[in-house]
Amino acid sequence: MKFIRQCLQTLHRDWRSGELRLIAIAVIIAVASLTSVHFFTDRVRQATETRATELLAADLVVGSPDPIAAEVISQARTAGLTTTLTTGFRSVVIAGEKMQMAEVKAVEAGYPIRGKLRIAASLFGDEMITDDLPEPGTVWADSRLLQALDLEIGDNLNLGASQLAITRILTYEPDRGGDLFNIGPRLLMHQTDLPTTQLILPGSRVQYRLLIGGDMDTVQTFRDAVEQQYQRQLRIQSIRDARPELKTALERAEQFLGLAALVSVALAGLAVAMSAQRYAVRHFDHCAIMRCLGAEQATITKLYLTQLLILSISASLIGSGLGYLAQAGLSALAAGFMQDALPAPSLRPIAIGLATGIITVLGFAMPQILRLRNVTPLRVLRRDLEPLPIKNKTTYLFAIIALALMTPWQSGNFRLTFFVFFGMLATGLVLTLCTHLLINWLNRLRSRVGVAYRYGLANIARRKNQSVSQILSIGLGVMVMLLLTLIRTDLLENWRDRLPLDTPNYFLINIQPDQVDALQVYLQRHGAQPSAMNVMIRARLAAINGKTIAPDNYANEESRRRADRNFNLTWAAELRKSNKLVAGTWWDENSTGQVEFSLEEEIARELGVNLHDRLTFTISGQEVTGKVTSIRWIDWDSFDVNFFVVANPGALDGYPGTWVTSLYLPPEQRSLVIELVRTFPSVTVIDVDAIVNQVRIIMDQVIRTVEFVFGFTLLAGLVVLLAALQTTHDERIRESALLSALGANRKQILASLIAEFLCLGLAAGVLAAFAASIIEAVLAEFVFRMEIVINPWVWLIAPLICLLLIVSGGLIGTRKVLKTPPIVALRNG
Amino acid sequence: MQSTSKTIVQTENLGMQVASPEGQLDILNDINFSILEGETLAVIGVSGSGKSTLLGLMAGLDVPTQGRVILDGTDLNGLDEDGRARMRNQRVGFVFQSFQLLASLTALENVMLPMELAGTRDPESEARNRLAEVGLAERLQHYPNQLSGGEQQRVAIARAFAGDPKILFADEPTGNLDQKTAQQVIDLLFKLNRERRTTLVLVTHDPTIADHCDRSLTLAGGRIISTT
Repeated sequence: MKFIRQCLQTLHRDWRSGELRLIAIAVIIAVASLTSVHFFTDRVRQATETRATELLAADLVVGSPDPIAAEVISQARTAGLTTTLTTGFRSVVIAGEKMQMAEVKAVEAGYPIRGKLRIAASLFGDEMITDDLPEPGTVWADSRLLQALDLEIGDNLNLGASQLAITRILTYEPDRGGDLFNIGPRLLMHQTDLPTTQLILPGSRVQYRLLIGGDMDTVQTFRDAVEQQYQRQLRIQSIRDARPELKTALERAEQFLGLAALVSVALAGLAVAMSAQRYAVRHFDHCAIMRCLGAEQATITKLYLTQLLILSISASLIGSGLGYLAQAGLSALAAGFMQDALPAPSLRPIAIGLATGIITVLGFAMPQILRLRNVTPLRVLRRDLEPLPIKNKTTYLFAIIALALMTPWQSGNFRLTFFVFFGMLATGLVLTLCTHLLINWLNRLRSRVGVAYRYGLANIARRKNQSVSQILSIGLGVMVMLLLTLIRTDLLENWRDRLPLDTPNYFLINIQPDQVDALQVYLQRHGAQPSAMNVMIRARLAAINGKTIAPDNYANEESRRRADRNFNLTWAAELRKSNKLVAGTWWDENSTGQVEFSLEEEIARELGVNLHDRLTFTISGQEVTGKVTSIRWIDWDSFDVNFFVVANPGALDGYPGTWVTSLYLPPEQRSLVIELVRTFPSVTVIDVDAIVNQVRIIMDQVIRTVEFVFGFTLLAGLVVLLAALQTTHDERIRESALLSALGANRKQILASLIAEFLCLGLAAGVLAAFAASIIEAVLAEFVFRMEIVINPWVWLIAPLICLLLIVSGGLIGTRKVLKTPPIVALRNG
Repeated sequence: MQSTSKTIVQTENLGMQVASPEGQLDILNDINFSILEGETLAVIGVSGSGKSTLLGLMAGLDVPTQGRVILDGTDLNGLDEDGRARMRNQRVGFVFQSFQLLASLTALENVMLPMELAGTRDPESEARNRLAEVGLAERLQHYPNQLSGGEQQRVAIARAFAGDPKILFADEPTGNLDQKTAQQVIDLLFKLNRERRTTLVLVTHDPTIADHCDRSLTLAGGRIISTT
């Protein structure tokens, strides 16, 4: 207790003398920016996911081939979650003489929990949003079913033992299924009519689904509990598990936000490290006196660390409070682009802010504070005796441990975080090395320049470690600014451009081989440009390396599902633009004979398939075996026709299949679809306009959020700039006073300061341009998976901004230099 | 001492007050004396007696709250900071207790600095000569932290004499040195002073060092209590 009181007293004294203020401000701003980012992204993420969940019709879906256990339903309801049940199955629908296999879904009140149903009053008529459901005794059918059965609104159809009246055309249901190519014509009916159909019998293939809605935390808690209890019986899906297109968009969003937050953390750490350095230097005398009066090294360490801990907790709490206020302002701004009100923020960011503040202070300030224990008591006699500078390794070790502990919270993705973290570390090391080389080179110019520049260059070279950190931190700050402006535009616009206005919004499937040519001619005649035609052959994965596939061999539910399903195989001579090889090589165009397969990377991982494995597929009772020669990443949000498994040309010749293509039709050409299905009755048209729009909205939201997040990162960069200038402030004042004592006039002192700031600015600018180009390339390659584009303007703008910031900031920061009488500065020094 | 010499420093009713929590604090009060060209004067007194403040005012490093200092015929009160800097550059040399070398510059560059600021031609060869005079010809490219305390003070002395100043102010020049080194530094300082016929004002609390000077001026509580 006595010790804590002593710490508080010291803290109070240091605070009064202003020595801790910069550290506190750095922590407050860092935590404020971090927590506001977390508060805000937390809410935006919730909102974005809510929007995305519309495509699942719920926040969470629990699926089972058996009726959902009553306990599960009551568990959800007890937790305060909204629930509704759907029953899905395939059945033949009969109308007069005609029959058609349809995907039937029986729903009850409350469906859909997320998103809306869309219907039309006539075939291909105007679409409208509805909150209604089919009344008992009626059904809503999609246009394909009506076309196939030659029915109209008002007609009856037979489903099992019951006869139902068609009252609406079903144009869109949010959860119509994940695999676009496996959708049959849809039929929506009321749950109460289900028993009379007598279709649900023991052994029937039925998919019972419990749709769940509620706040994210409750949903997650429920998910965790159910997953644990019914691991093997139930299939649980949230939006991320459902649609690959949205999954990619959301993952990108998280990656980008995580990356931005990570840069904020790194910058905040730098600011704290620099402030701590100044704090430590200013406490050498104090510690020397304490040591002289008998304080043990451990006492010094304990005293200062406790003091820092108290400071970091207080500053973090203040920062979290400010962060909360800041995000409230942001949310008000965001109201303009968020269609729905943002959900309330959770309190998690406060905990993150607190932990981040403490870890940042301890991780980045500790190396400096530990120097204090090594202050020799002899310093009371000889003030030039300073403790050994911290070894770089120690600094890095502390910083790395601190960052490593903090980073996973920033993005919520360990793999990405550590990838980015080590990327940053490697970049940091390379940049440090470059800065050292740059300073050495500048120092060599010293003998060829005038006194002001000589003094400036000499200062940079002498305070090499400080100069390196100043150049690095300011360079990194400016790099963030560049990312915020130029590169953000480059990358994000490019990303948005990948979903251009003419992104395919219709898929045409079930094209018979003899219809391919006629369909192409037909589409060309009507001015529609389909993408390439691809053959689609239904196959079942029978064996991997000769070992028969059994879904039960897989522990993971998703893998079991993958192993249990049919694949659509195709062949291709060339790698599609929306695909990128991640392993292996693409086959030679002319290669024949051997069967080769290329797999999508995620499905390969889930099925445990590696490069060079031999896969056996069963196609219409025949087996085809081939070697996996490449693994691909697919850009799902390109809306290109893509396949999990692609074979080399010739490998699938002779196997029965249909063809598939995609095309873009503007709204005014929609009537072409009606005509097309009349001309080619067996061709199925799938409208993906809603999904394309959904992805587009998410992209826009992400881009705007990223702008906000980078705004805070920029703020952190500016704090670093201040801290960097503050580090050498005292020394600069003393030395300028000395120059004045030796007869330098204001102009000469100013010239020497400007010379130093110019050199620092130039070095930081070059570094910022270099780092920004590297990051741009890394983001392009690994996050956005697109061609690397380097913006040449970076090399002009970065040095200019750095010069402007450092020279103006430096001069403002050192204006005291020119105002302090030399005797005062010399006496204090 | 030469009675025909002209006055190089003259103080008239010099006073210095600073604000403190207890109100105005008198650091110096009613200081009147003059120093002749070529004279050596020791300003002695206990700690806090106002010695260093007086030196700072005489050298134009600070401005008094009362009275004035006339340095080499110029009233320092009539000059702005740049004017005083010019005056220091052209006519004044300093030796400080804590050496006050610029850590980023080599010994040679430190000595060149005042000459470069004054725009002297070929400051480098002049600086080399000065450093050779203080016995540091072999240490030209060393940085201050690579030199011992005595060597650092010798660099400071070489720098102080670099621009051929008329008057040299030394503030406790041996305060940070051991006895043997202190004696060597004092001998060097007085030797160069004699050779260059510079006026030397030396602040010290050591009577044996004061004994080297022509005159002594004792301060106590911010007032002159005796002159010898």
